[in-house]
Amino acid sequence: MAKHTLSVTVENKPGVLTKVATLFRRRGYNIDSLTVGRTESSEVSRMTIVVEGDDRIIEQVTKQLHKLVEVIKIIDITQDKAVERELSMIKVRADNTVRAEIVQIVDIFRARIVDIGKNSLIIEVTGDENKIDAIEDSLRPFGIIEMVRTGKVAMVRGNK
Amino acid sequence: MKLRGAEILLRCLQAEGVDVVFGYPGGQAITIYDALYDSPIRHILVRHEQGAAHAADGYARATGKTGVCIATSGPGATNLVTGIANAYMDSIPMVVITGQVPTHMIGRDAFQEADITGIVLPITKHAFLVEKTEDVARVIKEAFYIANTNRPGPVLIDLPKDIMERTIEFTGPAQDINIRGYRVLKGYNSGQVLNAANLINAAQRPVIYAGGGVVASDAAEELLAVVEKMGIPVTTTLMGMGAFPGYNPLYLGMLGMHGTRYANYAIGECDVLIAMGVRFDDRVTGKIANFAPHAKVIHLDIDAAEIGKNVDVDVPIVGDVKEILQGLLPRLQPGPDLKEWHETIERWKDEYPLCYEGSTEGRIPPQHVIEKISELTNGEAIITTEVGQHQMWTSQYYKFRYPRSFISSGGLGTMGFGFPAAIGAKIACPDKTIIDIAGDGSIQMNIQELGTAVQYKLPVIICILNNHYLGMVRQWQGLFYGGRYSHTDMTQQPDFVKVAEAYGAVGIRVKCAEEVEEALQKALQVTDRPVVIDFWVDRNTNVYPMVPPGEALSNMLGGEQDG
Repeated sequence: MAKHTLSVTVENKPGVLTKVATLFRRRGYNIDSLTVGRTESSEVSRMTIVVEGDDRIIEQVTKQLHKLVEVIKIIDITQDKAVERELSMIKVRADNTVRAEIVQIVDIFRARIVDIGKNSLIIEVTGDENKIDAIEDSLRPFGIIEMVRTGKVAMVRGNK
Repeated sequence: MKLRGAEILLRCLQAEGVDVVFGYPGGQAITIYDALYDSPIRHILVRHEQGAAHAADGYARATGKTGVCIATSGPGATNLVTGIANAYMDSIPMVVITGQVPTHMIGRDAFQEADITGIVLPITKHAFLVEKTEDVARVIKEAFYIANTNRPGPVLIDLPKDIMERTIEFTGPAQDINIRGYRVLKGYNSGQVLNAANLINAAQRPVIYAGGGVVASDAAEELLAVVEKMGIPVTTTLMGMGAFPGYNPLYLGMLGMHGTRYANYAIGECDVLIAMGVRFDDRVTGKIANFAPHAKVIHLDIDAAEIGKNVDVDVPIVGDVKEILQGLLPRLQPGPDLKEWHETIERWKDEYPLCYEGSTEGRIPPQHVIEKISELTNGEAIITTEVGQHQMWTSQYYKFRYPRSFISSGGLGTMGFGFPAAIGAKIACPDKTIIDIAGDGSIQMNIQELGTAVQYKLPVIICILNNHYLGMVRQWQGLFYGGRYSHTDMTQQPDFVKVAEAYGAVGIRVKCAEEVEEALQKALQVTDRPVVIDFWVDRNTNVYPMVPPGEALSNMLGGEQDG
């Protein structure tokens, strides 16, 4: 099923995240990822919700979200020209024999090494979903110890 | 003027036009009750908080105004939950006020603390936890605004005790509304109204399917005008009963699981279906793929999320049903002759009328009681029901004349709703005859409210159709579970006449059909206390017709003459 990215501006009040999450659970929609943070206004937060579903499901999700009093605006930016970013940290096994090879991969993906352990490295990478999937694949043969992804944040290009 | 939070609360309720609240005091609501002591607002003391919620709901359904109930924190608040869910499912405007432990105790599992705003999240339109006395006035204003605009629903306000105790300078109720994420819907897409008119004008077999939205939007008059102009037959949902006069020859009765055969056949054959203020509930549609299979569907509803939720719609119109119908009416022009369609429907009505046999067990046919009530009240009483067989027989055999005269738990199907709702309706409409049609199972769920009805001298009539069974579940067990009647026998029950008398109400027992009318006449004469009539009805009577769950509407069981 297609993935849709919804950019949802909400009032920055306690309980809003619970409400949105509860709505998804109650109606049986599947959240692929959800990020939330403050915007330029301290009274408004933005949620970027990636949800799986056909058009009918996305339409229902949108309409149901609109009914929450704290939800101010919802834009489905799946079709729009938008900048999308995700940040990931990957802890990978790295003894002396493979470090050079890993550093090369890090360079290619314009990622950064943010911590060096005895037998491991933590790599920070930013980009769209595909890029992060790709670096994950490249690093897997070395042994990924731990990985964390923030989920997607997005912003429409231009003046919109 | 310096006032406590609780006094500000009551002043603001008055400013919203509240003259009565239903409630039950408790430790964390005690400040509110202290303020009520010398407030002009009338307080009705119920015997269980669930009764308060249902009474506020019944009050709202009878009047269209927002019903208000109050309970204390913790168990008081959780006892309201069923009543809140009930109002939410049926889109009833209600403001629910709960006491809460003081703000500094919240989250510490204090005595009688419950996270009620969290609990009611999926069953309210909105819930407020007030954290400053300064916010009380604004929150009250917003709560009523949200509860009674767009698609109505319950709104909860949780009020910590210290917020109610604190004294601040009060300058008057809030005037302005500014909620960024909530706008009242105005107008509609007139292009879609034109499309709808074109479809209706060309229809050869149109049917109107009207629901609770027609009642909520006060659009019964507009509906009748459309029908009179176009000659379109009307079926209603349970929530739509009364939105169209039961005596009108174009009325098809209720559709769906226990709808009339002719209503369900009409849905099966229609070429244009005009759905108004409905949500295509599974009890209405049966198997969704076979619902109105030949029809173009026009759907009018205030809630955009209802459009396309359960069925695909050809012409969606989001807006207030009344406003839309006012815009639609001048665009309607009678087109094809509907004579053939009317004749087909008349034939179905003749062939498959609602019918029942005389008593087979020497008790009373339950339907007979409903017919007698309908006859003696001339269809002009406000009827409330509990949930089960008696509810369906009421929808089939009582001929309603007016909107807001049928008060029943549609979506949630709450046993125990009818009696407290009748109390709320009686408080709202003291001059009307109010009758709760109950089952012997349901009435036991909130029978304690007899105390309330006696205290306030409310002549509400409770007609128990007593078959000594949980009849509807038993019916399913008989039809679909091989007659394994698991835990549906209610032979062990109190003597309802004695219970009534113990509370100070009138109790009457009727065991044969000949005495039904006399008992009802007697009950209708009582003016100062509730009356309980215990009708011993046939034990094994089922509700027919019936569409088995998940089947197409055309697959009805029973309800055929000699069948």
